[in-house]
Amino acid sequence: MPAHFPPPVFAGYGLGLRREHYRDFLETRVPVDFVEVISENFMVAGGQPLDILRRVRERHPVALHGVSMSVGSADGLRGDYLKRLKALVDAVDPLYVSDHLSWSRTGRFNAHDLLPLPWTDEALDVVCANIHRAQDTLGRAMLFENPSSYLAFAEALMPEWEFVARMCERTGCGLLLDVNNVYVSAANHGFDPFAYLDGIPAGRVRQIHLAGHSQGNGLLVDTHDQNVPDGVWSLYAHALTRCGSVATMIERDADIPPLADLLAELDVARQLGAAPALKEAA
Amino acid sequence: MNLHAMQRDFRRWLTAADVPAARRLAGADRAGLEVYQNNYRVQLVGCLETTYPHVRTYIGDAAFHRAAVHHVTRHPPRAWTLDAYGAGFERTLRALWPDNPDVHELAWLEWAQATAFVARDTVPLDPARLAAVDWDRARLDFAPSLHLARLTTNAADVWSALQAGAVGPDPAPAAALLPEPKGVAVWRRGFVTRLRVLDPLAYDALVLARAQRNLAAPCAMLVERLGDDDGVARAGALLADWIGSELLVRVSASRQP
Repeated sequence: MPAHFPPPVFAGYGLGLRREHYRDFLETRVPVDFVEVISENFMVAGGQPLDILRRVRERHPVALHGVSMSVGSADGLRGDYLKRLKALVDAVDPLYVSDHLSWSRTGRFNAHDLLPLPWTDEALDVVCANIHRAQDTLGRAMLFENPSSYLAFAEALMPEWEFVARMCERTGCGLLLDVNNVYVSAANHGFDPFAYLDGIPAGRVRQIHLAGHSQGNGLLVDTHDQNVPDGVWSLYAHALTRCGSVATMIERDADIPPLADLLAELDVARQLGAAPALKEAA
Repeated sequence: MNLHAMQRDFRRWLTAADVPAARRLAGADRAGLEVYQNNYRVQLVGCLETTYPHVRTYIGDAAFHRAAVHHVTRHPPRAWTLDAYGAGFERTLRALWPDNPDVHELAWLEWAQATAFVARDTVPLDPARLAAVDWDRARLDFAPSLHLARLTTNAADVWSALQAGAVGPDPAPAAALLPEPKGVAVWRRGFVTRLRVLDPLAYDALVLARAQRNLAAPCAMLVERLGDDDGVARAGALLADWIGSELLVRVSASRQP
């Protein structure tokens, strides 16, 4: 029986806070319902980053999005990392706390990348044990995001969406659904992205990421440096019929455009969220 | 293959392009593994580029890239935060270019500023509360952001010129050895990092005051070198500067009898 349950639904539209837009967020009233920050950028002792986060938090709800928890690590989680994250969570009182369904650390090595997991019972046990520890430390349920993947393991016993569903059932965690990542992984591994969206527990989705990708050498690569493409918008429209309105944001990590461009993209998400088909489904 | 073994193989692939490990992970199809390896290397090189922008400008893109790849190959990251990966790059530069102390010292300056930028916050001392301090017995605490080093080259001038935007036709000054080593202090005042070159006496006094956590040790050193009157006067002037510059952040009664 999970000790934690996903936090309440927050139906709003937001952006990832990036350095290029700090001034906009501090000096103007940016029309977003929330912002998301990379947790590790603010897990520091002091200085300007924390001051900026404090001032942004005075204006907007903030979601904390981590990249270094390494919830799929067979070596377990780092206590010093959890302690720092807990301090940040206590200081920010975030809307959501999320990280990725991936691993980055083995032994003393930390790859600083979102590395893939084999969808096996052993990996599920490891992931669930680590999520339990993280949620118990933080005293709240977390959200976990599906990363893009470029490698499928022969050992896999189940599709990713079944792994995700069992993870949610066992830990009580929620989901951060990255629609672009579904699109990228589906293209790379040849599965139906709509089957993925139909297979995950839609009621656990609390947040959605929308982003773009690039064509690599025979594979799509999750570069987050492009506008959201049509195929991802189509998937998002389908996700809306399954998940309803949840916190939705544009996640841009490179080639950051002017804020107005991202707000225009966010308006597209707003329009899809307000579409009659969604209202009927709801 | 269990999860531990898979993750060890992945590490071998990322850090050493180990072919047997790649075969165990992905068979003959390495396209996906190549993406991960490229991401790993690009991310770490990018981190060094972000942390050491002036070193990069100073030695040029090609030399910097060579040094960064050398560092990435020999120093896999260990910290949970990518920001820590810049630690130790100065040693790599020292190994690659042992006869270029200007490059090592420029790297030291950039790393000191990167760490000072996110050091613990402090509150400036209130001068009104210092009137009753017994300076002979007071314990001194300096800013947690403070880094001190002795420079043998004009790296601080090079840094200042590059910070001011010196590139291309208006290059940074040529490397030069100083007639005598000077000290340098890097710290953060408010949210802004500061860099100051110190004459040898001021540097030695600051090093002593921070190590001994008192004014008595630097004062004795200054009296020995300058004589009673000048030494005490210089100690007083330095103390006033440390307070005004927010180098000194806490003054408390000594626990010693």
